[in-house]
Amino acid sequence: MLAAIGVMAILAVAIGLVLGWSAIRFKVEGNPLAEKIDAILPQTQCGQCGFPGCRPYAEAIAKGEADINQCPPGGEEGVKKLAELLGVEPKPLDETHGTPKPKSVAFIDENTCIGCTLCIQACPVDAISGAAKQMHTIITAECTGCELCLPPCPVDCISMVPIAEDLPHWKWKHPVVMMKQIAETEDA
Amino acid sequence: MASPFILDRTSVTQVMAWVLAALLPGIATYVWLFGPGILVTLSLATVTALAAEAAMLKARGYPAKPFLADLSAIVTAWLLALSLPSLAPWWLIITGTLFAIVVAKHLYGGLGQNIFNPAMVGYAVLIVSFPVQMTHWAGPNELTSVHLTLAQSATVIFGGDVPRTTLDAVTMATPLDALRTGLLQQLTVDEVMTHPIFGHYGGVGFEWLAGAFLLGGLLLWALRIISWQVPLAFLAGIWLTAGFLNFYDAGRFGPPWFHLFAPSVMLGAFFIATDPVSGATTPRGKLVFGLGAGFLTMAIRTWGGFPDGVAFAILLMNLCVPLIDQYTQPRIYGGADKEPRT
Amino acid sequence: MSRELFRFKGGVHPPEHKAESTSRPIHAAPLPKKLVIPLRQHIGNPAKPVVEVGERVLKGQMIAAADGYISTAVHASSSGTVAAIDLQPVPHISGLPDLCITIETDGRDEWVAHAPLDYQAMESPQLRMQLRDLGLAGLGGAVFPSAVKLDPGASHACPTLIINGGECEPWITCDDMLMRHHADEILQGVAIMRHLLGSTEILVGIEDNKPEALDSMRSAAAKLDFAVEVVKVPARYPGGGAKQMIETLTGKQVPSGKLSTDIGIQVFNVGTSYALARAIHHGEPLISRLVTVTGHVLRPQNFEVLIGTPMHTLITLAGDRDGTTGVLMGGPMMGVPVPNLDVPVVKATNCILVKSKELFPPLPKALPCIRCTRCADACPAELQPQELFRFAKAGDFGRAQEYHLFDCIECGCCSYVCPSHIPLVDFYRYAKGEIWAREKDKRAADLARERHEFRQFRQEREKKEKAEKLAAKAQAKRAELAAVPAAEGAAVSDADAKKALIAAALARAQAKKTDTAPKNVDQLTPEQLHQIEEIEARRTKIRELARKPLESEEKKP
Ligand code: SF4
Ligand code: SF4
Ligand code: SF4
Repeated sequence: MLAAIGVMAILAVAIGLVLGWSAIRFKVEGNPLAEKIDAILPQTQCGQCGFPGCRPYAEAIAKGEADINQCPPGGEEGVKKLAELLGVEPKPLDETHGTPKPKSVAFIDENTCIGCTLCIQACPVDAISGAAKQMHTIITAECTGCELCLPPCPVDCISMVPIAEDLPHWKWKHPVVMMKQIAETEDA
Repeated sequence: MASPFILDRTSVTQVMAWVLAALLPGIATYVWLFGPGILVTLSLATVTALAAEAAMLKARGYPAKPFLADLSAIVTAWLLALSLPSLAPWWLIITGTLFAIVVAKHLYGGLGQNIFNPAMVGYAVLIVSFPVQMTHWAGPNELTSVHLTLAQSATVIFGGDVPRTTLDAVTMATPLDALRTGLLQQLTVDEVMTHPIFGHYGGVGFEWLAGAFLLGGLLLWALRIISWQVPLAFLAGIWLTAGFLNFYDAGRFGPPWFHLFAPSVMLGAFFIATDPVSGATTPRGKLVFGLGAGFLTMAIRTWGGFPDGVAFAILLMNLCVPLIDQYTQPRIYGGADKEPRT
Repeated sequence: MSRELFRFKGGVHPPEHKAESTSRPIHAAPLPKKLVIPLRQHIGNPAKPVVEVGERVLKGQMIAAADGYISTAVHASSSGTVAAIDLQPVPHISGLPDLCITIETDGRDEWVAHAPLDYQAMESPQLRMQLRDLGLAGLGGAVFPSAVKLDPGASHACPTLIINGGECEPWITCDDMLMRHHADEILQGVAIMRHLLGSTEILVGIEDNKPEALDSMRSAAAKLDFAVEVVKVPARYPGGGAKQMIETLTGKQVPSGKLSTDIGIQVFNVGTSYALARAIHHGEPLISRLVTVTGHVLRPQNFEVLIGTPMHTLITLAGDRDGTTGVLMGGPMMGVPVPNLDVPVVKATNCILVKSKELFPPLPKALPCIRCTRCADACPAELQPQELFRFAKAGDFGRAQEYHLFDCIECGCCSYVCPSHIPLVDFYRYAKGEIWAREKDKRAADLARERHEFRQFRQEREKKEKAEKLAAKAQAKRAELAAVPAAEGAAVSDADAKKALIAAALARAQAKKTDTAPKNVDQLTPEQLHQIEEIEARRTKIRELARKPLESEEKKP
């Protein structure tokens, strides 16, 4: 009896030591979880989640300070991926942070732009080129559609243009094989 | 809708219709050797299955027409009916069919979604819940003194007033039951086999029945509606396991040919284990599935609490299908698993 | 004839319907009034226009140049005037328009100066450049630029050259007719390919349902001074697919994710070979091709058609009938429905198939998958289509990729045999498109993250630099100011010193504001300066308008 308890105790101590040692030995630098979360976030940097950019939101999720359903650009799919990564149940998007919109890019009406540089300062990804008193232009390929440049513009010359579908961007739609629909049309 | 714009003529309805057609020789033999009672069971199961299917489709918001027309409910009903004792009471048949269609099929998502073979779920539920009623097998005409007519069978099935003596004269233990009871009484296989129910292979009448199902199964194979892997592996699984046991101790374990031709094996091999929805899909997976089901059938027959194990074996293997499929993915064209042929 | 053939797995045998269109000789389609020539007819970058609206072009003149290595030029199919360079409907499943050059033909069909090329005297890279500029692309359906395929590369030798005369799709007969009537020219093209690739073994695979083509190719091959083996292969769809043809003829399989050149084999379609011969021996760019017009028409037949000819003219030529239910470009297994009949014939157009209710009954409704694995038995890529379908439908694209979604050649065999009539291939196309789109999104997100991080880094650096500069300046000022009052002999309080500091800074800022011009306007052309002036003028006006908001309201349109 005593021997058994002794053996168990020794075993426990040994395992504890191994665990402790490996924790020190294999300690991972930084916060890889935040990194992984950040990789899922769409990098729009729009701040709709309530944090100043995707990275801070990722860190907040990693620390358990924010919920996973606050990113409208990521949509339901983003929530699903986050839930999968964190091993929690997916939940519907929190509407108070906004709803997903079709992907758009900003467009500056160059006739109206007064070259105030306010939008340049607001753009989180430096997607606006121009200088003081020069008309500004959006570099469409780099614009994330975050809409942060809209409010600062004093003459309201920036508008969001949904990305039009053209041949190179066209993709197949989900083929709907809803048995119910099919048969209903047949019956009708 | 995009390409292709032409289709082969085969449809689900056709596939199911061929399965039903392939069962006909078996049913005919059944009637010939065991009397017309099975027709009552079949009709009752069919009507119940169709009604249940229609009700479930309606409840789930699907239109009944295309799904009733696919005949899959009838296939389930017939397979269940052919597995049940030929004189099982009406409420047993209805309960089993309802369970198969409502729970095993529709609660799992309907056609194509069920992970378990519906007919076998129905059978398993019955044999677990009503073991006594599940022994009402009519004996082969050859051995019984009283032969029931269609009307008499119906009376028996619907619980009508049938003299106890008539019933006793008609029902008989199946060969598997007989073997099991005999072995439990410490008799050797050879001693048990002197019982008149044992024929040349699997029991008087039953061996012909097995032959008829085998014939139907070969027809399905010739039409490429079933693949050769599952039946062959299933039969091989039974034959090998039984052969090994019999070789080990012929006194305690029945001979392999007996196990092959015992009731339900041929039906199971060609019609039940080959159910595509709940079976494995890859060629190697089908072999594993069949072998596993064969082995489990023998294991349950030998050591389990029930005389026959086909239903449980297939249900257990159904459970393993995702795993089997995942680990038996075949090499693709130009795939690296094996060096490309040169 | 003794060659051992191999059998590829899977495949189906749909009704062939070839006889309809082979009974009539090849006719040249008449010159249309208007040619609409898309710039994206091949795989790779679309060609770049090199003509302007209003310009007169000659037949065979290059109107758009290849853009990059994987690209090929586009030529005027006849002489006339460039009427427009804009978006026009094209034969694409999406029905979306694409950039096209429209030529109003003048009926003279006047050729640009062209001459045969002495390919044996040319360096290979130059020859390939020429071929790219002559607009050559694979005519079997994939339209891959031929110049690229004719480059064996540094490491790949191509000992085996396969000429694909399989034409396994039902209804289509243009390759059959080409082999019957132009076998010699096809083999001239083969000689050029052999020259470029250094092939030692040349096989021509022709399905056994084309006996005339086999005879004609065999007798043409007998006349050559090098060995070409014309092999009869069993007709089975998709036996004319490049990978299937390779396996049938050589028993080898192209490794998944690799090219056939990795195992020393290159495959060309007979039509491409013919076009190559025309290009080299006559200097003619790819401006026409054989097109089968068949199905629900009065006179199914093959036409020699100029690229850019609207499809409806061909259907009219073949005799259109009532009861048409749609038109496909290509065959019934892999063809695409065309959005309307104004779309032009392009390099990929091998067949125009007119549908009717009788020939192509509407597809029955889909039922759920019953996992019967008929599709797996029919799949020539040896995939498990039922699993791919399950994953694609559920949006589990990762699993779909693990199950080799990208090895699917979209041949349609699985959909063809499925007893539940599920449009399986649509799901695979959808899944592939989604995966590509996601990869694109991922790249965009990575770019955005990088730029955002860089911006934060820059802001941080600027802040630090500013702070350092300020500190240094303040230090200097204080020292300076401290010296002045001492000289004046008056005691100046600290507060005064600060005030002076602020005043000085303000003055500096003022000066800076007026001096600094944006850096990017240093070296500008006169036009740009002019533009800037204009904009400045506009801006002043706007500012004025902005000051008088009420008036400006009225002026808005
Ligand atoms: S241009 Fe505007 S919308 Fe686009 S990324 Fe910059 S701030 Fe956001
Ligand atoms: S052929 Fe159709 S029903 Fe059969 S397994 Fe394939 S997808 Fe499913
Ligand atoms: S379309 Fe793809 S999955 Fe279907 S049979 Fe062809 S290669 Fe296989």
